[in-house]
Amino acid sequence: MYQQFKARAVGVGAEVYHFETKQNALDFILPFLQQEGTADAPGCHAVWAASPFLDSLEQTQWPKYPGLSFQVTRELAAQAKIGISQMEWALADTGSLVQDQGAVEQRLVSSLTTIHIALVPTGNILEGKQALFKRINPSTSRYIAFITGPSRTADIERVLTIGVHGPERLIIIFVDELGGENQ
Amino acid sequence: MNNDFKASITRAVNDANLTGALGKFSEAYKVNRAKAYEGIDFEELRGRIAQIKSQAACDLDGLAETFKKNAEALGAKVYRTSDPNEVKQYILKVARDHGVKSVVKSKSMATEEIHLNRYLMEAGISVAETDLGEWIIQLAGQTPSHMVMPAIHMTKEEVADLFSKELDERISSDIPRLVKVARGELRPKFLAADMGISGGNIAVAETGSIVLVTNEGNARLVTTLPRVHVALIGVEKLVQEFDSVVPILDALPRSATGQLLTSYVSIITGPTPNDDGSLKELHIILMDNRRTEMAKDPKFKQALQCIRCGSCLNVCPIFRLVGGHVFGGIYTGGIGTILTAWFDELKKSEDIQGLCIQCGNCNPVCPGKLDIPEMIMEIRRRLVLEKGQTLVQKAIFGVVNNRKLFHSMLRAASIAGKPFTSGKFIRHLPLFLSDLTDGRSLPAIAGEPFRDSFAKIKQPKCQQKIAFYGGCLIDFAYPEMGIALVKLLNKAGIEVTFPLEQTCCGAPALYNGAYEVAAQNATDNIQALMREEVTHVVSACPTCTVALTHEFVKTLDTLGQSEWLPQAKKLAEKTIDLATLVKQLVDAGRLSFKEGEQLGKVTYHDSCHLKRTLNVFEQPRELLQKAGYQVTEMFECDMCCGMGGSYSMKLPEISAPILQKKLQNIKETGAPVVAMDCPGCVMQIRGGFDKDSSGVRVQHTVELLVDRLKD
Repeated sequence: MYQQFKARAVGVGAEVYHFETKQNALDFILPFLQQEGTADAPGCHAVWAASPFLDSLEQTQWPKYPGLSFQVTRELAAQAKIGISQMEWALADTGSLVQDQGAVEQRLVSSLTTIHIALVPTGNILEGKQALFKRINPSTSRYIAFITGPSRTADIERVLTIGVHGPERLIIIFVDELGGENQ
Repeated sequence: MNNDFKASITRAVNDANLTGALGKFSEAYKVNRAKAYEGIDFEELRGRIAQIKSQAACDLDGLAETFKKNAEALGAKVYRTSDPNEVKQYILKVARDHGVKSVVKSKSMATEEIHLNRYLMEAGISVAETDLGEWIIQLAGQTPSHMVMPAIHMTKEEVADLFSKELDERISSDIPRLVKVARGELRPKFLAADMGISGGNIAVAETGSIVLVTNEGNARLVTTLPRVHVALIGVEKLVQEFDSVVPILDALPRSATGQLLTSYVSIITGPTPNDDGSLKELHIILMDNRRTEMAKDPKFKQALQCIRCGSCLNVCPIFRLVGGHVFGGIYTGGIGTILTAWFDELKKSEDIQGLCIQCGNCNPVCPGKLDIPEMIMEIRRRLVLEKGQTLVQKAIFGVVNNRKLFHSMLRAASIAGKPFTSGKFIRHLPLFLSDLTDGRSLPAIAGEPFRDSFAKIKQPKCQQKIAFYGGCLIDFAYPEMGIALVKLLNKAGIEVTFPLEQTCCGAPALYNGAYEVAAQNATDNIQALMREEVTHVVSACPTCTVALTHEFVKTLDTLGQSEWLPQAKKLAEKTIDLATLVKQLVDAGRLSFKEGEQLGKVTYHDSCHLKRTLNVFEQPRELLQKAGYQVTEMFECDMCCGMGGSYSMKLPEISAPILQKKLQNIKETGAPVVAMDCPGCVMQIRGGFDKDSSGVRVQHTVELLVDRLKD
């Protein structure tokens, strides 16, 4: 299902990576922050929202980088170039990611930033919506968010253009070590 | 038709930007849609959606109450009203109560339906549309020209001019640059807004959830950043169960834009915390505005199955020529005509209902299984009931309803038309038919109608008898088609009868809403055709065939005229189109073609009624192939030719460009012959080629087959 997901997600303009361990993922993310010029300056911040990925590490192990913040406020997110969050599910048939984003910081990092990095447990790739709907419950999840590729529009002359109001890049990182129900 | 309306059509069809953008989109749409639905059983899917939505429409009130109870239990405030004014007052009150100075909006047709922006701005509140297309038309002071692509009528240069004015600096027309400008301009508005207003694509009663489907990401910001979120939702968006969201999400993006899923889908259930820790003030307004009334109308209840994908617009041969603005209201295209007739008033649809050519292109693609052409026919009928027919129509249908007078006038036209004919075509027609020759040549009324020729044909005595229903065009303009049909059936050992009391099938009256006239035509024909013992009634005109197989019963039923209903049903069972009959005869070995014929290329034009109502399209192709022709498909072979009966008289400015496109598609195949099974299409396309003088021969299939049969 990973291959199908990847084909679909890449088809709508997402970038997809796959790592075994959390450390592998960090080894990808930190150089990426550097490459994108992350710094403690307006427009250059990176914000990382609360997530099982971070929870599984001791706070002392959390990655350190100038301009990278784990405190997500509206002001900081609005100034951030990169937002990092964990998405719970991946849907193979449409290349979508799904998460309960009832906590507002989850939405701030994935909607105000220019680049959204989404960490996903490899074991949580599902076939599609049918399977997903057996696992989500709106009475406890107040804001269920589906994200499929970067923000897009074709409102001017039907020309597909990426990055209107949401992120212009969506980078999806599957991490085996994050578990998931199929692991 | 109103002169302003006619003028708006002329403007639209001559707007190269508009027709270019819409034409390109509609051609690409067909391909993208098909690709998006690969591996999905569309019929099964839309069956489920239609069932879910139809069930919901049976109990809108109950669903709205359940929704209210469940959403309020979670902390949302739900307001129900049927009055658009109350909606506006409520939203203004919420705004005042929370000291709202500025509003950001994501796309919502319901708010446009009630002209909310103007109302809020007049109350001193600033309102910014944030969907790129909506923002563009807001800046331009226009209304959306398409449900899904509101600014499709504008060029990038026009958008650049608008943005330059708004920002007071010169902005280039590079599209990615324009999009960046919009992002930059709207971002501070999102961050500063006190209230976000959204619509809702689905509302789930059992959970109190609303579902928002977007691509740009603006709805996520609208529902996240401001302290107050107001969602305005028409009650037709309600479904009972949470699981019903799945099939609608399967269909909506695929049908709207050919996407498997939009970039963002948000399912919001009750208020969530704001970023300052306070709880969001969430107001959900369930608006009726005549939807419940619509649900109680047996002819229009199905309109509530619409999921607002806009696919009916995307496949419509008329819409892609004229765009949305000629519709005058907020909702456009076929579905827009129906919604305008209800949400505004029936009278508002008077002109725009006439835009529908009844080709049925929208039926097979509709994910809600709406029959839009049928609902538009019902609007016509009600308009005629309310306002009566125009004097001209009354005069024409008065004649059509009197067979003897009608037929003697057609004979008279054959003589009166003589001075005006050149070759086989009429350049000008006398009397009430004069508008017919605008833009294309028409056939001369035949010197001898089929009914007179028929008596002179020597037929073998056969066991099997089949009655031929000729229809006006074959009887009076193309008797040679009828003669070919008799010859062909004789070869299969069938004797053809031609009941002389048969008259016009009633389609012209029916498609103009004159049901009483159509019903009279129906009963006259039923009596004429059911008098003799025959195995079948055959017709070589698909519009007539559909009248006999579908419309007679429906028309009598609609008018509550039950006397001839059982006979109408029997006639419907007996009636068969010529292509299907001949195919059956060939399969049964009763007809066979000469062998080894190499007749060269032919391209086939599918007539609307034959393809989409009678579902016949393989049979004529197979027969042509068996006869020795090489069938070469043209682009958009089943797109309407623009004839549509009297449509080509009433709206020649639309009919003519549709015909031109058809001629071009035929010519591009390089085939010297184009075949079709409808004399109406022959009239339109042959007339077009007469003026085009490219030498393509236009033939009814029967004419191509008849001489290729073994004796």
